[in-house]
Amino acid sequence: MTETRILTRHFDRPGAHTLRGWRELGGYAAWEKAQGMEPAAIVEEVKKSNLRGLGGAGFPTGTKWSFIPRDHRGPVYLVVNADEGEPGTFKDRYLLERTPHALIEGMLITARAIRAALGFVYIRGEYVEPWRRFSAAVREAYDAGILGRGLDVVVHRGAGAYICGEETGLISSLEGRKGWPKLKPPFPAVKGAFGAPTIVNNVETLCHVPHVIAGGAEWFASLGTRTQGGTRIFSVSGRVRRPGIYEAPVSITLRRLVYDLAGGVTGTGRLKAVVPGGSSAPILRADEIDVTMDVDGLRAAGSMAGSAGVIVMDESVSIPEALMVVARFYAHESCGQCTPCRESTGWIYRMVRRIVEGRGRKEDLDTILDVARRGAGTTICAFYDGAVGPYISYIEKFRDEFEALIPR
Amino acid sequence: MSTSGVTFSPEQLAEVRRLQGLYPDPRGALLPVLHMAQETFGHISLEVEEYVAGLFRLSPAHVHEVVTFYTLFFQRPKGRHVISVCHNLSCHLAGAPKILAHLRQKLGIDVGETTGDERFTLLAVECLCACEHAPMMQVDDRYELDLTPERVDRIVEGLP
Ligand SMILES: Cc1cc2nc3c(=O)[nH]c(=O)nc-3n(C[C@H](O)[C@H](O)[C@H](O)COP(=O)(O)O)c2cc1C
Ligand code: SF4
Ligand code: FES
Repeated sequence: MTETRILTRHFDRPGAHTLRGWRELGGYAAWEKAQGMEPAAIVEEVKKSNLRGLGGAGFPTGTKWSFIPRDHRGPVYLVVNADEGEPGTFKDRYLLERTPHALIEGMLITARAIRAALGFVYIRGEYVEPWRRFSAAVREAYDAGILGRGLDVVVHRGAGAYICGEETGLISSLEGRKGWPKLKPPFPAVKGAFGAPTIVNNVETLCHVPHVIAGGAEWFASLGTRTQGGTRIFSVSGRVRRPGIYEAPVSITLRRLVYDLAGGVTGTGRLKAVVPGGSSAPILRADEIDVTMDVDGLRAAGSMAGSAGVIVMDESVSIPEALMVVARFYAHESCGQCTPCRESTGWIYRMVRRIVEGRGRKEDLDTILDVARRGAGTTICAFYDGAVGPYISYIEKFRDEFEALIPR
Repeated sequence: MSTSGVTFSPEQLAEVRRLQGLYPDPRGALLPVLHMAQETFGHISLEVEEYVAGLFRLSPAHVHEVVTFYTLFFQRPKGRHVISVCHNLSCHLAGAPKILAHLRQKLGIDVGETTGDERFTLLAVECLCACEHAPMMQVDDRYELDLTPERVDRIVEGLP
């Protein structure tokens, strides 16, 4: 089993991040081609390719683009979500550093498709090196006349807040406010940044667009499953022999990813559990990893593809302790706008910590499950549902480990 | 206010105006300008908030709300170097608690504190998205990867 390298094909080429290097590798050819296509034809091609958003929600990309109201007069914005923050995910960091022009090319094609003349790239504040690399590429593209003739790009630095990865929180932040998510509808495609129709896409999603245009929708779709085309970059970390990024068709199984690509399990060498799609994805037991990694495959398995951040745990890992760490994260990152999210994330973290510290009570586990479920689906954004996934799955699947910590 | 010394240079003011012009609403430049302010003044005091608010014709209350929302903005003086150790899941599995304990002992401070000589501020932070190199930390602008206590010693001792 080997990788299928499309996005990552040139990652090891030393000059691939420069305009000259990128051109030598055939860069901007897809943009040339797209300039001869009608915007509607680009949207159609992306729809047919079955490209789905790779930032977390897995929404069909071409369909999202077509939500911009047809009769809209006035500006439309393209916003690139480079706020990578989902625990266990690190692919966008590589894309920004290694092949920044791939993202610029994807932005050019996408902007043409949605008729945007201004694009923002929101890069998490901690990503200083990726920000420098990407900004340098933007300057090169301006100097070469690739940008500034129909599309302007503003590189925007965040300032440390996981919730700004959520698209409406990101828009609030881009507008110079705290990153509070907004109720949908209206969806950003109708009323987004600065009140204008806005398409928010993940870095990796947009880096795929040139390949869809160059290789054609049919080829792209044929790489994946019936409902999701192409490859994606899996970030693999935790107890594996070769942690790192691996690009593979979305139809790869979790087992192959962990054992064939990442080299298998370290620690005791025996697998206990895997988180397949960033920390918000419900955990899978060792006997649940013969599942394909596409959006629908993981949904059917009761988890989610999310950001494709794969975190591997061997038998020596304490699941209650892992949940304590995850729960601390959600308690810290809740933006505090919705009562169930603000209250439950803090409260559940304290409960799990109490159990891990040996001060739990018999009824605590059911109380946590009950509290977690009650708030789910009622909040402004999907952050809270992303916290509930781990709370419930860790406890339901490894209940005996939690019970063993509770004094009789 | 004018006696406080909280003012940008003319070049910086030109940069503020350039940044404001990039956004459909100048307020979009608030985060970039706050980054600039922190680099210039060291941290974002109430005075700095008021100064920046004036540059945007925003209320100081709005700027305060923004500054307090984001973890990268410091409201109080920080050390010359900020050491942020990731304590999220992959780093935890790779021994982040040991790295944090080592740094606490080495620097003689707790998480969230600054050393008496104002050289170091120690923080524990959420996933910095370099989990393939866990455990890891950020020191000022740089990511330091695949940490061991010995590596941490070398990094800290190598700082100016
Ligand atoms: C709490 C939360 C955090 C998110 N963080 C990110 C992120 O860091 N990067 C990202 O691209 N999408 C993130 N998303 C998903 C975005 O809201 C949005 O769906 C995505 O950027 C759309 O791009 P795509 O369709 O290309 O995936 C997050 C969503 C939620 C609810
Ligand atoms: S669900 Fe949580 S993070 Fe999302 S808006 Fe509500 S309080 Fe904020
Ligand atoms: S968990 Fe530490 S970098 Fe991701």
